[in-house]
Amino acid sequence: MSDSENASETGNESETAGLRGPNPEERPRPDGQRNRHGERIDTATDAEQEPRTAVVSALVEHEPGVLAKVSGLFSRRQFNIESLTVGPTTVEGHARITLVVEETDAGIEQVKKQVEKLVPVIAVGELDDDAVRAELVLLKVRGEEPDKVHAITQMYEGQTLDAGPRTITVQITGDQQKIDDAVDAFRQFGIIEIARTGQTALARGDTPTTPGESPAASAESTADDTTNAPTDTNDD
Amino acid sequence: MSERARPAFSEGDAEEETDTGRETDTERKADAAEPSVESDGVEQSDEKPRTGANAVVTALERAGAETLFGVQGGAIMPVYDALYDSDLRHVTMAHEQAAAHAADAYGIVSGTPGVCLATSGPGATNLTTGIADADMDSDPMVALTGQVPTDFVGNDAFQETDTTGLTAPITKTNYFAQRADDVGNTVGEAFALAGAGRPGPTVVDLPKDVTQAETDAEPGEATTPETYNPQTVADGAAVREGARTLERAEKPVILAGGGVIKGEASDELREFARNYEIPVATSMPAVGAFPEDDELAMEMVGMHGTGYANMATTHCDVLLAVGCRFDDRLTGGVETFAPEAEVLHVDIDPAEVSKNVYADVPLVGDAATVLSQLDAEMERAPDCAEWRDQCQRWTDDYPMDYATPEDEPLKPQFVVEALDEATDDDAIVTTGVGQHQMWAVQYWTYREPRTWVSSHGLGTMGYGLPAAIGAKMAAPDTEVVSFEGDGSLLMTIQELAVAVRENLDITVAVLNNEYIGMVRQWQDAFFDGRRAASEYSWCPEFDKLAEAFGARGFAVSEYDEVADTVETAMEYDGPSVVDFRIDPAENVYPMVPSGGANGQFALSEDQL
Repeated sequence: MSDSENASETGNESETAGLRGPNPEERPRPDGQRNRHGERIDTATDAEQEPRTAVVSALVEHEPGVLAKVSGLFSRRQFNIESLTVGPTTVEGHARITLVVEETDAGIEQVKKQVEKLVPVIAVGELDDDAVRAELVLLKVRGEEPDKVHAITQMYEGQTLDAGPRTITVQITGDQQKIDDAVDAFRQFGIIEIARTGQTALARGDTPTTPGESPAASAESTADDTTNAPTDTNDD
Repeated sequence: MSERARPAFSEGDAEEETDTGRETDTERKADAAEPSVESDGVEQSDEKPRTGANAVVTALERAGAETLFGVQGGAIMPVYDALYDSDLRHVTMAHEQAAAHAADAYGIVSGTPGVCLATSGPGATNLTTGIADADMDSDPMVALTGQVPTDFVGNDAFQETDTTGLTAPITKTNYFAQRADDVGNTVGEAFALAGAGRPGPTVVDLPKDVTQAETDAEPGEATTPETYNPQTVADGAAVREGARTLERAEKPVILAGGGVIKGEASDELREFARNYEIPVATSMPAVGAFPEDDELAMEMVGMHGTGYANMATTHCDVLLAVGCRFDDRLTGGVETFAPEAEVLHVDIDPAEVSKNVYADVPLVGDAATVLSQLDAEMERAPDCAEWRDQCQRWTDDYPMDYATPEDEPLKPQFVVEALDEATDDDAIVTTGVGQHQMWAVQYWTYREPRTWVSSHGLGTMGYGLPAAIGAKMAAPDTEVVSFEGDGSLLMTIQELAVAVRENLDITVAVLNNEYIGMVRQWQDAFFDGRRAASEYSWCPEFDKLAEAFGARGFAVSEYDEVADTVETAMEYDGPSVVDFRIDPAENVYPMVPSGGANGQFALSEDQL
């Protein structure tokens, strides 16, 4: 069909006919295709990327708001976050944030780059599968069978933190699988409350956990210095 | 007030105020309304002590700021008081949003960060639209916001908002100033950071006690933080791979993004494209990076880009993207974007590489540097004469054209061309957002960088007029034309008062179709013509409104009035507004429906 014909029929006084050219269906089309990550794919043969779990470690300036900046970044960019832990390092003014994310390879690359882009972030690294990882869980269970609870606690190398006539609270540390197993094992007693920290992790051996980080660091510096705020203590 | 200068007393002062509950607001207002009257008498012998606010102003001066845009208010008053004795030029805007847009445009045109100021609470929240706009377009900008005194922060005090919390997602970074001794350096760092690497907006929130406290600290050199080290030189191996890929390309296209202009790489881009005779398409923020009258120019690609740019990018086999973030308005559906092309992506922000479109060759670095690296590495030009012929055929096949029947209302494209003809080649165009913006980018021939000032990523209606003010302040000797739609202009029209007060020689061309035209176009195409809330027949008469503000106003509805009116408006030494009553039925084409394939652009509604 001809657009130009239509136009010249209706606008008989027009000097020009407006936009012209072959119709969409008359134009050549390329054969290629990309997936939603913008990668060129062999049409139907290449499947979508499957999500995987990655442990990302970010070394950050330990300043107010840094955690909010990191966590805010995750929510607004719709990254699927499993856990996030944070704590000071031996270097004064530095903290480490350990993130466990479940994303496609492209998503994990984006997570690392976007976190690294935040100004208070010093370095970001993704940990290998052999990294040292640990999580802590506190479990409060019914206290009717203290012997059995104690046996399970010992089985998982845990500690009893509180034991009363009605409840027993224990602590278990270890990798995620061990924690999951322990939680399952305690379920028989009836878990009343549970608190899990989420994973924290370090690279094994001499490998720095984030690029450029020197594993040596200062042996004894107390990181927490909360007295630098200019608040005069004027209580009472 | 006098106690404010002595921190030891300020806390007791604050506690008393909170004790009295409902009097707090009024006391604080009184506090704010009478600055330093007592302290002048009581504390000062001959010289006023220097404060955090003085340090803020000194830091701005040292960093190279010249013009600020803002609105006064309670929590920012100490900074304004310090500005009173400064040589920095301050332009009072009618609304904080306009202050941010003006600063944004100032940054685009000058290349150095524009600065805007607002008070706490509503002042800061009003800035946020402009901050978000600058963030989406990577424009260098510094926003300074007043904040309630530190002791009140978190108490929902009068005019308090969590400004750092609000602006964290829309800034490159932001700061909450903690101490008067540091505030100058913080402001300097914010300024340096805004313009460094990939530019962007930064915010410094300034609690009133910090800006009022005495300090002798002099801000040092404005430097970026230690953790900010953008890579400027691309990896050598990647450059070699990129050069080899380009050399063997049969259908190469350069896609220039806004980073070409921000990275001052327009010259390198031109040289590179002409050396190797590669066609150049641009994203919308890159308009002007490559002269649109050059024979290699394919002009703008994307939703309302030219047919030939969209054909060229869709069919290319190698795409050299420079400083471009592959926004969805550019790519259309990513599945069909340059689907056969190997992508070479030059960007200073590694997070942009493979974010939306996978980069076969990532070239992380500064645009000008990487283009020079590539140029040095290239051993021959790609053999693509046939491809250039094909691109030329597409240019002939899909000309940008429009009908101008004499008995019909004015065509907006004609108005844009008339203004283009009446102005110099380096005239600056600013726009609002909507159909008029698209006609302004399609039918004006841009030849130089920093002559196209628009809201791309955020798409902020009302951007054009305040941007024209900022642009004119940055380039007082350059002609500035602002295209606005009727709906868009209504959003920030109060800024005409500012243009009149400053006697800014700008011409506002309203492409008035009595619609939110782009919405109406989509309603007609995708919502069965149900024009919900898009009819603007209630718009004021802009020529009369302009006169009411003290500007010149004109209304034009006939073809033969256009040239004369444009000439008169341009000649008038001050702001003028021309209300062009355009054909209300005119729509923007070519058009790629949202998420569609760029090569399948529609030339009229029945092709959608």
